[in-house]
Amino acid sequence: MSLINLIRIALKALQRNKLRAFLTMLGIIIGVGSVIAMVAIGQGSKQSIHDQLSNMGTNMITVQPASNLNGGVRIAGTSFQTLTIKDITALKAGAQYITEVSPAVTSRGQAINGALNWPTSMSGVAPEYLDIRKLALKDGIAFTQNDVRTSAKVCLIGQTVIDNLFPNGENPIGKIIRFGNIPFQIIGVLSPKGFNAFGQDQDDILIAPYTTVQKRILATIYYSNIYASAANEQVTDAAVTEMTGILRDSHRLTSSEDNDFTVRTQQELIATLSSTSGLLTVLLTVVAGISLVIGGIGIMNIMYVSVTERTKEIGLRMSIGARGKDILMQFLMEAVLISITGGVIGVFVGFLSTQIVTLTLGWPTIISESSVVLSFAVCAVTGIFFGYYPAQKASRLDPIEALRYE
Amino acid sequence: MSKKILEIKDLKREFIMGSETVHALRGISFDVNAGEFVTIMGSSGSGKTTLLNILGCLDKPSIGNYFLDGVDVKQLSRDELAQLRNHKIGFVFQSYNLLPRTTALENVELPLLYNKEVSAADRRERAINALKAVKLADRHDHTPSQLSGGQQQRVAIARALVNEPVMILADEATGNLDSRTSYEIMALMQELNQTQGKTIVFVTHEPDIASFSSRTIQLRDGHIQKDTPNESMRSAKEVLENLPVTDDY
Repeated sequence: MSLINLIRIALKALQRNKLRAFLTMLGIIIGVGSVIAMVAIGQGSKQSIHDQLSNMGTNMITVQPASNLNGGVRIAGTSFQTLTIKDITALKAGAQYITEVSPAVTSRGQAINGALNWPTSMSGVAPEYLDIRKLALKDGIAFTQNDVRTSAKVCLIGQTVIDNLFPNGENPIGKIIRFGNIPFQIIGVLSPKGFNAFGQDQDDILIAPYTTVQKRILATIYYSNIYASAANEQVTDAAVTEMTGILRDSHRLTSSEDNDFTVRTQQELIATLSSTSGLLTVLLTVVAGISLVIGGIGIMNIMYVSVTERTKEIGLRMSIGARGKDILMQFLMEAVLISITGGVIGVFVGFLSTQIVTLTLGWPTIISESSVVLSFAVCAVTGIFFGYYPAQKASRLDPIEALRYE
Repeated sequence: MSKKILEIKDLKREFIMGSETVHALRGISFDVNAGEFVTIMGSSGSGKTTLLNILGCLDKPSIGNYFLDGVDVKQLSRDELAQLRNHKIGFVFQSYNLLPRTTALENVELPLLYNKEVSAADRRERAINALKAVKLADRHDHTPSQLSGGQQQRVAIARALVNEPVMILADEATGNLDSRTSYEIMALMQELNQTQGKTIVFVTHEPDIASFSSRTIQLRDGHIQKDTPNESMRSAKEVLENLPVTDDY
C-alpha cells in the first residue's frame, strides 16, 4: 500500500473521532509546550545572570592582597598591603595577554554638598578603569593621565550620590562637592548600572584619580586592588598565569613561598552561577520530559481502546484484502499523526506561553532551537514507540474472530 | 464449457479444542463454474460457517484442496491470502460492515485502497460505476446512518463489486432485512448474475431465498447432503411485482 493511501486511511479514521484525537493530542501538546517553555525560562535566567556578570566585564581580572605570614602571625588579606606602583609598571611592561591595567584604592567617607551629605565610597583608579569595568559616562568627561599625574581634585559621580546630594535635579557637572575635607569638582556622571548580582548598589560611588585618593585622602603608597582586562575571554586563564608569574617576580617571592596576592577572574563566578541555573534547567527539563512520556502513555492507552473498539473494522479491512502489515501501518500512522500534530501545536503553545511569561511576568526567556528540535523528535519517537504495541495487536487479529466480534 | 471458478476436492477441516478434535467438515467435494448462482444451505452446526470461511480464503483446509480460480489456496501465506481476497473475492456480510461516518463512495473505494495497481482517479471512477450498478448513483455522499438497511446492503454489494472479483461471497446477506427488501437484494443479485455473468455463492438458511438461485448445496454434519440444480428458478423481480402494495411504499 502506498504511503499516500496509508496517510489517507489514517486521516479518515482520525476524522471520524475528532474530539478523541484532540484529547489524545493534548498530552503531547502540553508535554512539548512545557518542555519548550521550561527550557526557555531556564535558559533565559541563565543568560540574564551571565549578562549581569558580563556587565562587570567577563574578561576582567582582579588582584587582591592575600593573607600572609608576618612573623608567624597570619594577617587577613585586605589589611595586608603588598600591591604598589612597581607591580603596575611590571605588568604594563611584561604582560602580553592583558590589554589594560588599573590600580585601585578605596576610601569610605561622607560626601557633602552644602547642607546635604551622603555616606559613600570613593574609588581611586586610573583612566583605564572605566574600560575594564565597562563603565560609561552619561554626561561630562572622564579624567585623564594628566589628572592622575597632577593628583587633580576631580571626580566622576554615580547616580545614587547625585540623587542624595542634588535632590532638586540640578546639573552636577562643574559643581564642587567635598569628600572628607577635600573639595572635588564633578566632571562626569556615570551611567546608572543598578544593583549587581549580590545586591550592591553599583551607582553609590565616586571615582577619582588614584593618585588623588592615595595622596590627599589615604596617605598611602599601596593599592587595595589591581584591575586588569585580558585581551579576550579565551586567554583569561593564560593571562592569570602570566600575571601571577610577573607579580611573584615583582614581589621577589622564592619558589617555596606562597603568593601574597590572589588573582581572580569573573569566569569562576560565571561558571558557578551558570552551573546553578544549569541545574535548574535540567530539573525543569526532566519535569517537562516526564509529562511528554505521560502524553505518550495516553496515546498508547487510547490506541489500545481504539483497536478493541474497531475490531470489527479491522476484520472487515482484512477480509477485503488488507494484510497484517497494512493494519499495523494504519494504526502506527494514526499514532504518529496524533503525536506529530500534537507536537506542532505544542511548539506553538510553547512559543506562545513563553511570550506570555515574558510579557506578563517580565522574566527573561530564550527559546533554544535544540529544545524545539529535541521535543519534536521525542514526540515523533513517542508516537512510534507507544503506538507500536497497539498496532501490532491489531495486525495479529484473526480476521474470522474479528469479523464476529461484537 | 465454462471455466471452473471453485474446485473443492475432499476438503476436511478439523479444530482441536483441548483434548478433543472437532470435525467441522468431513470431506466435501464440489465445483462451481463461472456464471453460476449457488446457495449453500444448512442448519447451525452443519459446517456452513467453516466452509464459508474457507471459501472466503479467511481459513485454510486441514486436508484436501481448494482451488480458487486455479490458485491452490493451501500453499499461500497469510499475506498472500489477503492479496487473493482483495483481487478475487467480494464479500457481502449479514451486518453490512460499512465504516461508520464514512460516505458511501469512500466505503466502496475501500478495497481499492489495498490494491497498489489502482490509481486515485481510477479508484474514484470504478467506485462511481459500482454505485451506479447497485442503483445508488445519487447517494455518494451519504453516510451509513443516512441510509436504510437495504441501501446499506447495496453499498456493501457495490463494495464487493468494485474489485471486479471472480466470485461474490454472500453470508446471510438478507438476514437483517425485511422480506420486501430481501427480494430487492435478491433481484439485484440475480441481475448481476444474469446480465453481468457474476459468479455468486450465497450462504443462507432460508429455503425461500435459495429458490432464487440456480443451484443449492445442502450441508449436514460436515457432509454434502444434497447438491441439486434448481430447475424452476424463481425471478425475484416478479415476486417483488406481485407483492401486495402497501401505503408504506
